[in-house]
Amino acid sequence: MKRRDFLKAWMICGASTTFGITRNAWGGASFEGYPERMGVLVDLTRCVGCRSCEAACNKEQQLPAPSAPFDDLSVFDRKRRPTEKAYTVINRYETTKAGGPVYRKIQCNHCNEPGCLSSCLVNAYTKTQEGAVIYNPKVCIGCRACMVACPFNIPGYSYSSAFNPLVKKCVFCYDTRLKNGKSPACVEICPQETLTFGHLNDLIKIGHERIREMPDKYIDHIYGEKEVGGTGWIYLSGVPFDKVGFDTTLGNEPIISNVKEFLGLIPMVLAIWPALFTGFHLLSTRNNNDPSKQGDSHSYREDAKP
Amino acid sequence: MHVVRNWLIRGVLVIALTIAPADSRAQNMPDSIDLDSLVQFYEKVSFDHAKHIGLSKDCSVCHHHTTGTPTEDANCIRCHKNSAATAVVACTACHSAQPFSAETIKKNKSNVKSYHKDMPGLKGAYHQSCGGCHARDGGPTGCQDCHPRKKSGDAFYHAGEYAPKTPKNGKSRGR
Repeated sequence: MKRRDFLKAWMICGASTTFGITRNAWGGASFEGYPERMGVLVDLTRCVGCRSCEAACNKEQQLPAPSAPFDDLSVFDRKRRPTEKAYTVINRYETTKAGGPVYRKIQCNHCNEPGCLSSCLVNAYTKTQEGAVIYNPKVCIGCRACMVACPFNIPGYSYSSAFNPLVKKCVFCYDTRLKNGKSPACVEICPQETLTFGHLNDLIKIGHERIREMPDKYIDHIYGEKEVGGTGWIYLSGVPFDKVGFDTTLGNEPIISNVKEFLGLIPMVLAIWPALFTGFHLLSTRNNNDPSKQGDSHSYREDAKP
Repeated sequence: MHVVRNWLIRGVLVIALTIAPADSRAQNMPDSIDLDSLVQFYEKVSFDHAKHIGLSKDCSVCHHHTTGTPTEDANCIRCHKNSAATAVVACTACHSAQPFSAETIKKNKSNVKSYHKDMPGLKGAYHQSCGGCHARDGGPTGCQDCHPRKKSGDAFYHAGEYAPKTPKNGKSRGR
């Protein structure tokens, strides 16, 4: 995007907000998500930590070769997060629960109201009606605002690129699979069916049904059903979520709710301030029109003319 | 000569018919089943059905209520307390090999009266069903303990001859 186009778009946005054309655009707190959106139910009680999903992601997204084989389990010795080279990772948590460690898959949760999308100043992000949160790398300017805004610390960053660093993250295999009606590559490869792909509304029902049928096996909560306004990837667990790396302090309000009133002021500031300060300037220089001072303020007055 | 040969054949038949039901209990029950849904990356599994019958005794552990033996799962008993054996008992009869294809999802959604909406696919059913007992009773639990990886699998996992040239640390522990 050219700088000129960017500033033009910003000014148009500011003007339209000021004159109330899009008043409802940032008052949409009741958005409940696209009705046909897809999602994935992740059942942590099923995962055995085989890392097949990581391998499938690497191949599907044509990511660089890993530094260790995907059957190397020594990577579990430390906690990892998604990066530019791995859009999904599995972490291992030792718990007191019988039956060994608990494995947790991390990838973009594809929020209903994504914080990354709200924070992106070049509008690179899109929430598709299929439920994926995708981004246009051609528009991304690498500002990393989305990395700060994401409540789950998901977007990775191509720190390795010296000249054109960009944000990189899981896109729900949108281009290659989801938009053609196929499940993401990680879902397809998972041997344990830890990942269940389907319509999000159905998955929420399935999750509650599993809890109802096996109350001793599951914590009575679906993480992501309500957190930060609901996410496309939702989780069942047999151990408390905060014990396996989930942030349970996020609350149920979408990230944009924290800032939308403030953000709504910014375009107005952009639209009003130029006029306001031009007015101040004209006021402060009005006295210069006094004919007695005309001689020495002539050139100055010429500059002040709009 | 003919008499002796006929008696021999009869004797063999009688012995065979007496032993066979003890080993596989009913007709058409396979002693070995080839599981080949993962042949893209793994060798097929020759599942020793006869051996597992001996180990488990109770068919319902794997076959739910479909073989006619009562299931003990409280969630199943609610409806299937008196269910008779079904015509087909193979895993593939109910568990889809493509559980998340657009067609399967559409079919499940259109069948509003279906109760079993959360039925795992074939691969999930195998692994969930086998894995639980194997972990509890000391059966094999590593991926390659049941199905060795093919060359294509090594390439997919960047393992074996496709392993990164300079491993960062630790040795590869194939499962």
